[in-house]
Amino acid sequence: MSEAIGTDVRRTSSGRRFAPAAIPLLLAALVVAVVIALTVGAAGIPLSRLPAALGLASTAPADPMTARDQLVLWSIRIPRIAATAMVGGLLAAAGAIMQGLFRNPLADPALVGVASGGALAAASAIVFTDSRVGEALRFLQTELLPIAAFAGSLATTAILYGISSRAGRTSIAIFLLAGVAITAIANAGIGLLVFTADDRQLRDITFWMLGSMSGATWTKAGVLAPVLVAGIAACTFIARGLDLLVLGEADAFHGGVDVERLKRISIVMVSAMTGVAVSISGVIGFVGIVVPHLLRLVIGPAHRLLLPTSVLLGAILMVGADTLARIIVAPAELPIGILTAAVGAPVFLAILLRQRGLASL
Amino acid sequence: MSAVIEARGLTRHAGRATLLDGVGLSVGAGEMVAIIGPNGAGKSTLLRLLSGDLRPSEGEVRLKQRDVATYTPRELAARRMMLSQHINVTFPFTVEEIVLMGAGNRSSREAATLVGAALDEVGLSHFRERQLPTLSGGEQQRAHFARVLVQLACGEAKHGPGLLLLDEPTSSLDLRHQIDLVEAARRRAANGTAVIAILHDLNLAIRFADRLIVLNGGKLVADGPRADIVTRETIRDIFEIDAVVQQDDDGVPYVLPQSMRAIESGV
Repeated sequence: MSEAIGTDVRRTSSGRRFAPAAIPLLLAALVVAVVIALTVGAAGIPLSRLPAALGLASTAPADPMTARDQLVLWSIRIPRIAATAMVGGLLAAAGAIMQGLFRNPLADPALVGVASGGALAAASAIVFTDSRVGEALRFLQTELLPIAAFAGSLATTAILYGISSRAGRTSIAIFLLAGVAITAIANAGIGLLVFTADDRQLRDITFWMLGSMSGATWTKAGVLAPVLVAGIAACTFIARGLDLLVLGEADAFHGGVDVERLKRISIVMVSAMTGVAVSISGVIGFVGIVVPHLLRLVIGPAHRLLLPTSVLLGAILMVGADTLARIIVAPAELPIGILTAAVGAPVFLAILLRQRGLASL
Repeated sequence: MSAVIEARGLTRHAGRATLLDGVGLSVGAGEMVAIIGPNGAGKSTLLRLLSGDLRPSEGEVRLKQRDVATYTPRELAARRMMLSQHINVTFPFTVEEIVLMGAGNRSSREAATLVGAALDEVGLSHFRERQLPTLSGGEQQRAHFARVLVQLACGEAKHGPGLLLLDEPTSSLDLRHQIDLVEAARRRAANGTAVIAILHDLNLAIRFADRLIVLNGGKLVADGPRADIVTRETIRDIFEIDAVVQQDDDGVPYVLPQSMRAIESGV
């Protein structure tokens, strides 16, 4: 490139040398993160024992150590890692789609109240199943919680969509502002539940709001998988539309995009992906903002690559964060939401500061 | 010659206000038309109605003998191209990526040739790798023009002469690039494209277009060859200024606006 252009490489060139290799590199990083996650934890399984425990190498069948390793891996650790990776991928991809939709790198599903609606429904489920009326359903509490959270997220989206759409057109500005209002209403509702809850319910609500992957099971991983697969498939259909949307709705339309359909599909995708992720992990912030932002710096903003790489990097970060959450205060566990917020919030501020710097150019 | 675009009785209301009132026009292949008129005359509204982006309250727009409302966005994008006035790109797309957006789903090799040619034409080849938001307003405008040129080339390859709509395409450009853009549009018209542009600079409009359409207060007040329209009287009526209108050696009129106060005080 020409030297006359300038000295600040970050601003003047695309600097996207890594773009073609992004997917293989991220896949390799995910494998590393998963292997580390498999070996550490309350019951340590050193790397040397891992192949046998995974059934990749044959050992003496009666080896009691291998049997214990296998039990830990297959019934606890692997489903948890799988669910964690998928939650991370869903949250990050949902963030990337939402940012494309709002043409704003700071948009996040949590911003438009989708996560808050889910949280209100989850808190309601906790208090309800504990009450005398809901007593009969108490044995279902573990199952009811994710279902309620998912329903809450979808209902919130439906309400928002109803408010912001008129005559087949959806106003993104009204969608965003209504989201702020819905978040406030949901938080008021959660506050009321917290106020009326007893100590045990309060603890359940608080822990769910902090986010944790400790309850992950094969069943939950099985719920996440189809949504993730459908989401990734749908991403290929909306990628070009989201690219053109950066020109504004009118000019995306002039470029051949069915903008109203794109908005509908994106909103449904974001709420389904966020809803199902939050229903299993609780509220986990900042993954949806930080992951796409970091990727845009390295591989550029084109959604054809941004969406799949967001899934991968989101998975890597969540698996890493969950591994840390399991070992930092072992044998106890730190809620993963605390970790993602502790790392994510400073990155969010850094984005704001960088934007302020660019704006003053 | 059949019309590429035809509009009849176009009226558009916004609340109680009437933005456009019964406007009709017909533009054929290879024609270059400039729309002129004061602020708030309804020029942009007319262009958005022609582009299919807005629907008229009354009246009809026919693009290539078919109601514009019956096209899908993709079909429309292959037949009419529109360069808007203000486009604010928030993500760090490079100039090349932005221009490539005009190529739709074409294979990258086929599109690369078109993108290269369009970047050459607008003089931005050296900025190919630059992030669009870091460029000046005029450079960004040229990048978007290149994108629209790629879209035009792709569309015309499949469906024949298209419609190119330009909403104040020269508003951020320096003199040289104003002329470059106008000439690029003229070359398209010479190949059969129907070009309609909103222009504020009267002299540019006169040089650029064979035919002028004048809007005022939402109504079409004049439509015809430039010599009929560019007179001292029409300019006074429409823009409420006095102007000296003269002709250059080729008989093309040019306009020198005068200060009203100077006129009134007899200076």
